[in-house]
Amino acid sequence: MTISIRSVEKKFGRYPALNHVDLEIADGELVALLGPSGSGKTTLLRTIAGLEFPDAGQVLFEGQDVTFASAAARRVGFVFQQYALFKHMTVARNIAFGLDVRKGKDKPPKAEIARRVEELLNLVELEGLGKRYPSQLSGGQRQRVALSRALAVQPSVLLLDEPFGALDATVRKSLRKELRRVHDATGVTTIFVTHDQEEALGLADRVAILNAGRIEQIGTPDEVHDNPATPFVCGFVGEANRFEGTVSGGRFTSGALSFAANGAGDGPAVAFVRPHDFALDDGGFEVRVVRAHVQGALTAVSATTADGRHIEISASRAEAARFAGAIKIAARRSHVYSL
Amino acid sequence: MAAPTKAQFRHPTDDPAWAKAVVIGLVLAFLGLVLILPLAAVFAEALRKGLAPAIEAISTPDAWAAIKLTLITAGIAVPFNAVFGLCAAWAIAKHEFPGKPLLITLIDLPFSVSPVVAGLIYVLVFGLQGWFGDRLVDHDVKIIFAVPGIVLATIFVTFPFIARELIPLMQEQGVSEEEAAVSMGASGLYTFWRVTAPNVRWGLLYGVLLCNARAMGEFGAVSVVSGHIRGLTNTMPLHVEILYNEYDFVAAFAVAALLCLLAIVTLVLKSLLEIAQPDVKRGGGH
Repeated sequence: MTISIRSVEKKFGRYPALNHVDLEIADGELVALLGPSGSGKTTLLRTIAGLEFPDAGQVLFEGQDVTFASAAARRVGFVFQQYALFKHMTVARNIAFGLDVRKGKDKPPKAEIARRVEELLNLVELEGLGKRYPSQLSGGQRQRVALSRALAVQPSVLLLDEPFGALDATVRKSLRKELRRVHDATGVTTIFVTHDQEEALGLADRVAILNAGRIEQIGTPDEVHDNPATPFVCGFVGEANRFEGTVSGGRFTSGALSFAANGAGDGPAVAFVRPHDFALDDGGFEVRVVRAHVQGALTAVSATTADGRHIEISASRAEAARFAGAIKIAARRSHVYSL
Repeated sequence: MAAPTKAQFRHPTDDPAWAKAVVIGLVLAFLGLVLILPLAAVFAEALRKGLAPAIEAISTPDAWAAIKLTLITAGIAVPFNAVFGLCAAWAIAKHEFPGKPLLITLIDLPFSVSPVVAGLIYVLVFGLQGWFGDRLVDHDVKIIFAVPGIVLATIFVTFPFIARELIPLMQEQGVSEEEAAVSMGASGLYTFWRVTAPNVRWGLLYGVLLCNARAMGEFGAVSVVSGHIRGLTNTMPLHVEILYNEYDFVAAFAVAALLCLLAIVTLVLKSLLEIAQPDVKRGGGH
């Protein structure tokens, strides 16, 4: 199922939640909507679901206008942030709900529904838990139930709102893999909302980064990380040191710092340098190392510049031995944006 | 300074024993004086001349009529308010609409209006000299000084109980379960019966018990609209008053004791409900 969002706008009161949003999603894609809270990502997801209707613009499924079609008519599978499982129903009844509500000839026979529930419980590795109630499950298990309930209706698109937000780090990691596996197994077009960049970059085929109701950039995880289109994306995706300064003659200067401006025009500018893009360089600027601590295969180094600004550097463990006292460093790579 | 021993350790929020004793003692003394003692007095007075006169007092035709009328009134008012409360709570907690704050205020009105005023409102509207008085007489419909007036006044006084119980519960539960149901193709009615209602059933029952206790005990509003016709428009509280004013203390206290028993049964049911469903106050599930 291809999905097209065209110039969608949505206001809550006077506060614009979505501001002229365009987005094309290909069949079978796994897309993350990434942004800080209040960026409009959940509103966009709910607009795609038919739980929210835009003030202007269009939502198309497979080229067909569904802007004002109900969620049920769009056949979306929606996984809610707190899962929204029906507390008084067993896991099996929860999963079967979307099939149970059907009427007449659309409603599968009982045996067929039971078979489908078993199949879905197997898919999310919850065999034998069909008779439990949601309150008897762990957070991760509830998440899986919510996922299989959404999949039971064989949705045209699977939508997940902060699917791992309420889980602890280990469960979150395993469920991330789980979602990827389920997506690959079913091939259903999937869109999920998250504020966790690691989740978005680690799981999605493409990531759309939202800020203040606009899509700042959409691209593969590599693209948005390595070639951020806007200062916001650069600051939000991956870690970065931020400097304000000016560009003149192809070089960015901010106090004692200076490095190549990568094609930004002359004038005031903002520059970002990733911690791993700093390297020891005698031709660079001087910093004083304040602290260094191990971070997996790397060492994270905190340093201050001559004019008292803070810089985060990350270096290999071997290289880090040389990061002590006063050293000279240069930026191997930077992202500079004219203001 | 000597290091404190383990025996001397006191939890930071633990108060000294004497303070606890004083506070608990004060509360118990107060409760005893204003609650337990009068309640005991009711039963003591009722049984002062033995069990037989008390039973005789509640077996007179007038007493029976009062008991029946009280049960009929509660039997109509409580289901009505259950339906109304469920609808109002559903509308307020799950939907946005203009005038919502006004509706919430209106639901609280009976709590803030004196029951006597509540009764007078109905006399003004439906009484002989009231707005609809002539028309009601023409059609031979009796509301004031008759059972319909008593039921109306009781409904008015007790209608916040169930709605007030359900609104916070439903608000806390949010709408995502309903959204989930609707997104899977469930109709509004199906969603209400299969998702919304089961989630509030314990809260609803709790509200019904509270409402029932109040409906049976209401005096002020009912007193105004009833007309105190013995055997016809006297509820139990009114009957108690009449007997008392006639210096028939044993009978008055016997009926009062029965009324108390009904209330106590309701409260016991309510407590049992809280024990069986510790999260009644928070709602159905987890």
